[in-house]
Amino acid sequence: MFDYLPYIREWNFPHIWCSGCGDGIVLKALIRATDGLGIHRDEAVMVSGIGCSSRTPGYVDVNTLHTTHGRALAFATGVKHASPNLNVIVVTGDGDATAIGGNHYIHAARRNIDITVLLYNNYIYGMTGGQVSPTTRKGDRASTAPFGSIEPPFNISGLAKAAGASFVARGDVYNVKKLEKLIKLAIQKKGFSLLEILSPCPTAWGRRNKMGHPVQLMEWLRDSTVSMEKWEKMTDEEREGKIRTGVLHDVARPEFTDEYAKLVKRLKAEK
Amino acid sequence: MPVKISDKIRMMTGNEACAEGAIAAGCLFFGGYPITPSSEIAEYLSRRFPIIGGKFIQMEDEIGAMGSVIGAALTGMKAMTATSGPGFSLKQENIGYASMAEVPCVIIDVQRGGPSTGMPTLPAQMDVQQARWGTHGDRGVIALTASSAQETFEQTIHAFNLAERYMTPVVLLIDEITGHTTEKVTLPDYDSIERVDRKRPTEPPETYLPYKYTDDCIPTLAPFGTGYRYNVTGLCHNETGFPTNDPKEIERLILRLTEKIVKNRHEIINCKRTMLDDAEIAIFAYGSVARSARQAVLQLREEGIKAGLLEPTVLWPFPSEIVLKIAEQVDSFLVAEMNLGQMAREVELASKCKASIHRLNRVDGSPISPPQIVGKIKEVV
Ligand SMILES: Cc1ncc(C[n+]2csc(CCOP(=O)(O)OP(=O)(O)O)c2C)c(N)n1
Ligand code: SF4
Repeated sequence: MFDYLPYIREWNFPHIWCSGCGDGIVLKALIRATDGLGIHRDEAVMVSGIGCSSRTPGYVDVNTLHTTHGRALAFATGVKHASPNLNVIVVTGDGDATAIGGNHYIHAARRNIDITVLLYNNYIYGMTGGQVSPTTRKGDRASTAPFGSIEPPFNISGLAKAAGASFVARGDVYNVKKLEKLIKLAIQKKGFSLLEILSPCPTAWGRRNKMGHPVQLMEWLRDSTVSMEKWEKMTDEEREGKIRTGVLHDVARPEFTDEYAKLVKRLKAEK
Repeated sequence: MPVKISDKIRMMTGNEACAEGAIAAGCLFFGGYPITPSSEIAEYLSRRFPIIGGKFIQMEDEIGAMGSVIGAALTGMKAMTATSGPGFSLKQENIGYASMAEVPCVIIDVQRGGPSTGMPTLPAQMDVQQARWGTHGDRGVIALTASSAQETFEQTIHAFNLAERYMTPVVLLIDEITGHTTEKVTLPDYDSIERVDRKRPTEPPETYLPYKYTDDCIPTLAPFGTGYRYNVTGLCHNETGFPTNDPKEIERLILRLTEKIVKNRHEIINCKRTMLDDAEIAIFAYGSVARSARQAVLQLREEGIKAGLLEPTVLWPFPSEIVLKIAEQVDSFLVAEMNLGQMAREVELASKCKASIHRLNRVDGSPISPPQIVGKIKEVV
């Protein structure tokens, strides 16, 4: 049995998440992944915004910074730029990262600053009671879209790739072994690494959309996620309603703090 | 760029003096977003920081800039940002965060006219109440001001020292006139500058409490990465730094955020006094207006009018006790400012009807001149 205790702040339990919420599954996968990588807890900084997902750092025994709604990446950029030796992980929600924090999201990706982002996508604003989010699917009901959302959702992984992230992947809380592996890859990658984690919310999203029971959500994840290998072999028709998981994009690009260090070196040489 | 006159003397703008003051204070992080009339501060530090071991970043907006400054400050660096009216508005939520989480940092506001985009290239003093009440919630606030390039240099250093001493964001309010006027600045020997560094924990990590209640009300935040793993949040928290809903703990925290400034106000508050000892009318002026007021006092004295000047270099906490003392001595106050009476309200409150309060306000983007002040005083005496 894996021993989680050395990594968690036991005194802060029980956690705030509803039973059936996927966020606890991510927490465990994250702990196993960081243990596997041998990351020193004193040198890890976990930064989050505001939301259910953003409560994760409170339970992890590293340096933790719970910031303002949408701004985790801005705070994290300051931490990483000031101290590039620190291992910076951002935990954020779909609303936090791509609605109110959308500007920081695209610019952190553009700079390709060495930050790992775990973006929990639950298709809804969980913490505030189920309002529509930028990832709510068209037709889904939300407390502020009582007749079904009329807006198209964001492709948040595609957005990170287009903005310049050097690593983009998608995982989910049903395929936990794979999720753990993806978290490891995202942390190991130098540069801006975005891992979108499908962690559906039974309370605020599922209940309104005929999937009120957490088991139904798990079944939905099981049936609708497909691996990259499978996806490649599927016809357009077969892809309808399916979600790719795995590494979506992985390239080498100059990283921000490296570029700054290079500038410093160049100026020294010129002097 | 500053012009070197001698080893220690430069001709520089207030903005350049501010940037140089930050370097002298030991600041090594700047996160900003360009806005007139403050941008020269960012430009100056973007040139200097990569050479002297500092970190510069132009963020995507002012909200991000303020966030990056707080993040950097938590790693132990002295960090700052610079902006003007519209950007100062955008920074407010995260300034409140820095107050709540007690993260030392410095915010420079080179004031221009508002509301909204207002007067990008013209001076005003319309942000002085925003510096006090701009973010939501109750908290103690420290805001400084300066009237010349020399004073801006010194006050920038002072702002960092107060931030580190009291673990709080500190605002320095100058205005477009001071920011853009080139004048002589005498630089001190940088080794002789008094620099305050935040407290470091002396206890081992096992017994460390970041927000421990102490007599001085000031927490000890270890820089990230030094082996003290703790939690920082904008939620109401207890001594451990973790969120709490306990009414007693919440009250203790909110009271402490104000008390740590109020209790120490005598150490923080500072006013310059010009010919106040026998004055019958006192001018209350700050920032670039104080320069005109000094001239006005000299001229009025020549004409036999007993005028004096009270010039606060710290606007918040407000020097209420000093104002009351002067109010008991003089017949009247003239509060001259480039807004519609934002500090006059405070003077009125503090003087408790012991003197009559007159106002001289200007909101057309023009400076208040010495003759204007002289004229107004003659009108009221
Ligand atoms: C400036 C600001 N606006 C609004 C809120 C209210 N708020 C708190 S969490 C949240 C949405 C969170 O949704 P998401 O980021 O998707 O995270 P989840 O709770 O679903 O994990 C909102 C709107 C806030 N805290 N701050
Ligand atoms: S509201 Fe949804 S996202 Fe938030 S804890 Fe409950 S199940 Fe999880």
